[in-house]
Amino acid sequence: MAILEVRNIEKHFGATRVLEDISFELERGQALAIIGSSGSGKTTLLRCLNFLETPDQGSIAVEGKVIFDAADPATQKESELRKKRLHFGMVFQSFNLFPQYTALENVTLAVKLLAKERPDYKEKKNRILMEIEDEGKALLERMGLADRADHYPHQLSGGQQQRVAIARALALHPDILCFDEPTSALDPELTGEVLKVIRSLADQKTTMIIVTHEMAFARDVADQVIFMDGGVIVEQGDAKQVIDNPQQERTRQFLSRYAEN
Amino acid sequence: MDVIFSRLCEAFLINCELFFVTLVFAIPLGLVLCFGARSKFKPLAWLVKTFVWVIRGTPLMLQVIIFFFVPGIMNVKYGWNLPMFGRFSGAAVAFVINYACYFSEIYRGGIDSIPRGQYEAGEVLGMTKTQIFFKVTLMQLVKRIIPPMGNEIITLVKDTSLARIISNKEIIMMAGEYTSKGLIWPLFSTGLFFLVFVGVLTLLFGWIERKMDYFR
Repeated sequence: MAILEVRNIEKHFGATRVLEDISFELERGQALAIIGSSGSGKTTLLRCLNFLETPDQGSIAVEGKVIFDAADPATQKESELRKKRLHFGMVFQSFNLFPQYTALENVTLAVKLLAKERPDYKEKKNRILMEIEDEGKALLERMGLADRADHYPHQLSGGQQQRVAIARALALHPDILCFDEPTSALDPELTGEVLKVIRSLADQKTTMIIVTHEMAFARDVADQVIFMDGGVIVEQGDAKQVIDNPQQERTRQFLSRYAEN
Repeated sequence: MDVIFSRLCEAFLINCELFFVTLVFAIPLGLVLCFGARSKFKPLAWLVKTFVWVIRGTPLMLQVIIFFFVPGIMNVKYGWNLPMFGRFSGAAVAFVINYACYFSEIYRGGIDSIPRGQYEAGEVLGMTKTQIFFKVTLMQLVKRIIPPMGNEIITLVKDTSLARIISNKEIIMMAGEYTSKGLIWPLFSTGLFFLVFVGVLTLLFGWIERKMDYFR
């Protein structure tokens, strides 16, 4: 069974239709790359999955359970929104680390706040907090940042900040990790180190949706690719097939412009 | 000379008192006004914005006079029963309201300057709105408003001398009495009092800013 089923998502901003009839599925352990030019709706789609935007139409199901249905107000309760969000992790283009916290604190803050809601929190407070710290450190180590745990974001390079942001998202154990153009704010050298981390996550079978402009990366790392244009899915399928041998004229145009550059 | 100096010191206590009273009440009141102006209930937001406009758009000296005299005039002329303020409390009320309006605008600027992404990052990490405010944005807000608040608070130190318009015997009024007797140096020396006070505040704000320098 697909871990994620998105059905007929539609989204308007005022009179502008940003997403139209978006449907796709994602299997556990797979990586999906979403490509397309700026303004094609890629980011909005990702934001809908993270409930930063509310779709006007359509439904989202995780592991067969409908967590959002535009037609069913019962699935849109503000009170349950927080829990539902935790199915998804989000890595932003602009990192959005919390500047007043160290790398490690950035990774552990939300986990610690959530732990307070555990029934056994009072009893085992010290042990729980220690476990969270240890896990945070382990995550930073996985990101190659073991020696940066006590650094503040402004003391880190863009690539390092983005890796902290990835660790922060992973700390909550999301079912699906979303990347919104994770390397667009980075220079080529720093892009490489972030892509390496994402690649290693793919090797470990992390379920991911990656909005990206890095075609070669999408081709190598993703299992599936969706090409979007003007708010609709123009083409979707196996990553290598779509990128090496696109069927739609619009996809060909888009990819050939990338090949030129 | 010792006598004059100690009387100036005494008078300066009124300036200090007015300064602290204004700070203590205007800082929280400014927050209330700020939230009011950002309220989703439009009539309230509109009302608060108009109020801030009127208060910021008229001289503080005039406001001091109005708060002190108008209730009494109304009570006498129309038989109303408005509460009347003493010299000090009248000045204090005008100062608190005036400065709360300025502070509310500083808070607004601070809140607006925090990037949307900070809230969104908190949201996708499953934090509640309250957690986002206290754990994520509050410290950034404080850091951003410290410099403009410092600026405004330094202005407040010197504005306290406006209280003399309703005969609060603050330091400049006291010195003025010597001037009218032909002794001019006390008036000039009042500048030193303000300078020292502002100097201490400048050091204090510099210290706070350095304390918050660990993040950007």
